[in-house]
This record gives sequence, structure tokens and C-alpha cells, in this order.
Amino acid sequence: MASNENPILEVKGLKVGIEGTSILKGIDLMIPKGEIHAIMGRNGSGKTTTANVIMGHPAYEIEDGEMYLDGESLQDMEPWERSREGVFLSFQYPQSIPGLQVGNFLRKSVSSVRGEEAARGSEFREKLTNAMEELDIPKSFLSRYVNDGFSGGEKKRFEILQLMLLQPRLAVLDETDSGLDIDGIRTVSKGINSAVRGTENGALIITHYSRILEHVNPDRVHIMIGGKIVASGGPSLAILLEDNGYDWLEEQVESGVEFE
Amino acid sequence: MTGDIEAREAVGDYKAGWHDPENATIRFDFGLSEKVVRDISELKNEPEWMTEIRVKAYRHFIERPMPTWGNTEELMEIDFEKVCYFLRSSDQTGNSWDDVPEDIRNTFDRLGIPEAEQKWLSGVTAQYESETVYHSIREDLEKQGVIFLDMDSGLREHEEIVKKYFGSVIPYSDNKFSALNTAVWSGGSFIYVPKGVHVEMPVQAYFRINAKNMGQFERTLIIADEGSSIHYVEGCTAPTYSTDSLHSAVVELLALPGAHIRYTTVQNWSNNVYNLVTKRGVAYENAKIEWVDGNIGSKLTMKYPAVILKGEGAHAEVISVAYAGNGQHQDAGAKVHHMASNTTSNILSKSISKDGGRGSYRGMAKIMPKAENCRLNIVCDALILDEKSRQDTYPTMEVGNPTAHCEHEASVSKVGDEQLFYLMSRGHTEAEALGMIVNGFFEPFTRELPMEYAVELNKLMSLEMEGSIG
Repeated sequence: MASNENPILEVKGLKVGIEGTSILKGIDLMIPKGEIHAIMGRNGSGKTTTANVIMGHPAYEIEDGEMYLDGESLQDMEPWERSREGVFLSFQYPQSIPGLQVGNFLRKSVSSVRGEEAARGSEFREKLTNAMEELDIPKSFLSRYVNDGFSGGEKKRFEILQLMLLQPRLAVLDETDSGLDIDGIRTVSKGINSAVRGTENGALIITHYSRILEHVNPDRVHIMIGGKIVASGGPSLAILLEDNGYDWLEEQVESGVEFE
Repeated sequence: MTGDIEAREAVGDYKAGWHDPENATIRFDFGLSEKVVRDISELKNEPEWMTEIRVKAYRHFIERPMPTWGNTEELMEIDFEKVCYFLRSSDQTGNSWDDVPEDIRNTFDRLGIPEAEQKWLSGVTAQYESETVYHSIREDLEKQGVIFLDMDSGLREHEEIVKKYFGSVIPYSDNKFSALNTAVWSGGSFIYVPKGVHVEMPVQAYFRINAKNMGQFERTLIIADEGSSIHYVEGCTAPTYSTDSLHSAVVELLALPGAHIRYTTVQNWSNNVYNLVTKRGVAYENAKIEWVDGNIGSKLTMKYPAVILKGEGAHAEVISVAYAGNGQHQDAGAKVHHMASNTTSNILSKSISKDGGRGSYRGMAKIMPKAENCRLNIVCDALILDEKSRQDTYPTMEVGNPTAHCEHEASVSKVGDEQLFYLMSRGHTEAEALGMIVNGFFEPFTRELPMEYAVELNKLMSLEMEGSIG
């Protein structure tokens, strides 16, 4: 089924609920090769649900619809299988694992996702060193425990470090910019750009604000309201939204304005 | 035969559950009596004073009731008449592995003992059933006067030292199982490190039970003279049978002024072994005793490594982990008695239960009225992996001096679904993710182990996590 013509991610008519409450009410989304898309929306609009469902979070029920990565259906895959197929999620709230050292964890994760070879020897070490330099992460970080006692900014940079080492087909970034100052956003954006730009890979950036989008210039922007994508457009849509606010946009959508 | 098959089916992932054909040269009938006690002593040609202690201990054992705490139900199930109290499987203790009977040698090979010996140990004893079948120590240590023998040889060759210290830390009357051990002890290690000698690489004792319904009662005595240091490592395994075996050891440590003893245990008995052990050390002035105690196997373990801080400035460290899986109860903990001023102790206990297993932390910390400026720090963490499993904490603290500084922290946690999802999103299966969380939880213990043991323990725990995930 997989062919060169397939987009990286294709989501068709996705309806999702949790514990009987429906959250996503029919999502369609397509990310072609090499593109970065953004989903913007308010709290509770279904952004994080979209991210979790693409990664395969077990708490959600898929009521209807389909998801494809490079033309392969993701539906029956466990989260770890999706990861090995090339899906990556940068978490809004990364979990801490006391006692598990960062260096050890990174090597194991690269080995699981990209194969033992990729996690061995000098090539891995070199990649690691370069990525850490790019993200301003000190060497001492490697002997700390995964997300244990990390500041908000450290957690986010650690997510991007993993992104850079795992080199996924599709990176989903769930509010990676939240809680970061301008320098943090700049650093993290550098990481995202170097993981995606100039490759055939793709990314989906989920955010509240347009700030991060100034640094990671997305190819398309989608607006999510009430579990639906109500508007899609070029990067200028984010600016329009930033200037006028969600209320204005909601009114525009209700009165039938198209943003293409 | 059927029993063995049933047992093997129950083995699951236990990797050391095989057994050799039994080729005993001497095997006592099941059951315990004064005659059995005297026979063991006679067989070993012991001095009369030792025979007398054994008999006294036996009489005490008979009179002493079972402990009324711990897992009393399972303790009552022990049938002391269905235990073999002495089994000799080799007529000599070999100094070369070639002198060890082939089956037994193969077993120790499979357990990786000769390999470890070559790579990173100063000396090794290997006990099989009741006695040591192999023993070696590096020549340079012997030249420096370090004594490392099995306990039977220790008594023969260094009777005066043994007589002085045997039972001085743990008298037979201490508890029912110390009485039992004193009555029927056989094997174990005897170590003496002379003043100022530092044994750089660890020495290791390995204990293997092979026969069914076996009782193993090793007795260990370690004396570190002034300013000396030693690291003793012990490991143990047994075949999996459908009937129970009994392991009841007594370990006495003496750290004389300025000495340092580290005693590391990785207990991985099969799930049909009762492990009822008394371990205690006395630390004199500025001495340091560390118990690094890992309990992964056994049916029921009751073990509380203890340190008596007898001299000023002495220090105790008890780091323990316990894993209780299906049908297991790990009742473990630590005991420290601050008898002298300016003594310090740290207790760290980590316990995991899974598949209906039960973990208990039982601790006793005492600061005597005359001991000024003592510091005591206790941390107990428990991790429960499912609804069926259980963790309890029974801490006791008696502080008799107002200048003491005591801290006690306890936590019980569960593995979160979000933690698992996070790790799975990085390409790790659910079992691998659980293994990472569990090994992380044990890390403060694992990092204290010699590297080879740490790797083994991590593998063992990862394997345990694979077991029940469907």
C-alpha cells in the first residue's frame, strides 16, 4: 500500500471519545512530505487529544475514521509500534522516570526506534554531542534521571533532543512552546527546524500562540474549535488569528468565511 | 516425577531452577533430633565446646515458640521433620575447579562463578548443599595474612579466633532460627582481615541448594581488624521444586576500630525456599558496616540486617531492595542500635510487589540514652505494580537521647499509565517500559553493586516484568 505518493500523515473523518464523552468530531488532516503544519486552538478544543490519538494513547476510543502514516494504517498499532514506524510525540507534560539515566534512556530509545546499529559507537555519540550543543544542554544532563527534577524549559529541550536523535517521519509537538521564554522558543525551534527542514519528514505543531510559528515557519495552519478543524490556511492565518482573537474567528466561521 | 513437572511449569522465568542428579556421599534422614545435632558435630570432628553450644542451641530451638510476627501463617507451615539437615555431596573442598565433581562444576559454570572469579574477585567459596565444594583465595592476600575459609575449616584451623567470636554478635538465644542455625550449622564463610589490610577486590561466596526438601544452614563470621577493609559478596539460587526447602543462615560481622565491612547479597532463591536469616554486625569506634541486601527470590524471606554502633563515630548503612512476585512474601528491613555518641546511620529500603506478591518493610532504630549527637536517616519507598499486590511498613523508632537527629520518609506509589505511555512512545514495549521503571526504582541499590551484579539484576528484573503482560 505504501508508495512515494502517499502523504506522511493522513487523517480521515476521525471521531474520538474518552469515557463516553466525544472530543474529536470528525477531523481531516493531510501532511505531505517535508511539510510542517500547525494546529492552533483554545484549551479544550481537542488539540492534545489529536496528538495523543496519533501516538496511540490507550485511554481514547476511536469512534470512527482512519489514520495513515506513509499510507499504512496506524489504527491497530501499539504506541511502541507507531514509534518504530516513525511517529514521535513531544509531550506537553513529559513524565519523570526516577533512576533511569538520560544517557542510558536515549541510547535504548534510539536502539528501539532506529535499530541497534544506530545506537552504537562513535556515530551515535557524535550526533548526541551535536544535538546537545545545538540545544544548549550541558553534558552533565546525561547522568540525570529522565525528567526528574527538570525545570519546565529543561523538559521541553529534552523532548526536542529526543526528536533530533530519533529522527521520526512525523513529529507531533504538543505545546512545546508553553512555559518557554523567548530564548527557549528560539532554541527549541532551531531543533525542530533541523529535524524536519531539508528532509522528507513532516511535523505537526500544536500550539496556543503564534509565537513559535514565527520561528518554525509552517506550511499550513489549521484552527481547531470544539473538536473540529474549522479553518485552514497559509502562515498568515496564524497572524490573522493573533491579531483578532478566537472569538472573531469563530464569528467569521459561523458566517461562512473561507480562509483558503 | 509429577511434582517436578508441576514445579517446572511453575518456574516461569526463573533461570536457575534446574537440578543435578543427587550424588550424596552422606545424607542424613529427614528430621531433627539431638542425635542429628551431635552426629553433625561428630562427623566434623569438632571440639567439645562447639558440640555443647550446638546441643544447647537445639534445646533452645525446641522450647522457643515461632515468632508471632511476620508471616505467621507461612511460618506455621514449615515442617521441621521434613527437612534434610545434612547432606555432603563431595568428600573434599577443591582448590581447583577440576577437583569438583562434574555435575556440580557444571552447575557453578552455568551460574558463571568461575568466570567471575577470573575477572573480578579476590577469592571464592562455593557451597553446595551443606558444605563448601570449592575454595580459593588470591595468593597475595594470603601472604598479607588474610584468612578466607569455609567455616568448618575456619573452626579447624583457627579455633581460638572462632571460639572468641562465634555467637558473640548473635547468640543462639537471639531467636528461634538463630537457635536452629547454631544447632545444625554447616558451611558458610570465615574471614579475618589483619590490621590495616585493604582487600581491594571483593570476595564472593555462592550458595546453592540442589536436593529436594533440603535445609541449608551456613554460618558466616567476618572479622575486620583495626583499619582494615573488605567487601564480601554472596549470591544464592536453588532448583524449583513443588516442595519446600529451608535456608536459615546466621551472619556475624565485627568491624574493629576504623575498619570497613561491606556485605552485599543478591538473594535469588527459587520460590519454594523459606529464607529465614539473621544478620548482624558490630561496629566499633569509627568503623563502618554496610549491608547491601537484595531479595528477589524465595517463598518467604524474613531478614533484617542489623548494625550495633558500639564505638564513637561508627557508621551504618543498610541499602536494601525486595521484589515480591506471585506467591512471594518479602518481609525485610533493617535494624540499627546507636549505643555510642556521634554515631550515624542511613537506611534505604526499596520494595516492589507484583502479581499478588507482598512486600513488608520492618525496621527498628534505637538510640540509647547515653548516645549523644547521633544521626539517623530512614527512607522506605514501595512500588505496587497491580491491584492484587500489597506493601506494608512497620517502622519502629526509639529515641532515648534528645540530641539525636532523626529523619524518616516513607512513600508508596503505583506505576502510572502516563509513565508507561511516555516510554512506549519512545519505542519501548509495555514490558520494556515497566522494566525501565522498575530498574530505575532499584537504581539507588543497583549502583552500589559490582558492575557485573548490577547488569545481572537489571536483566533479572526486566525478565520478571515480561512475565505477566499479555
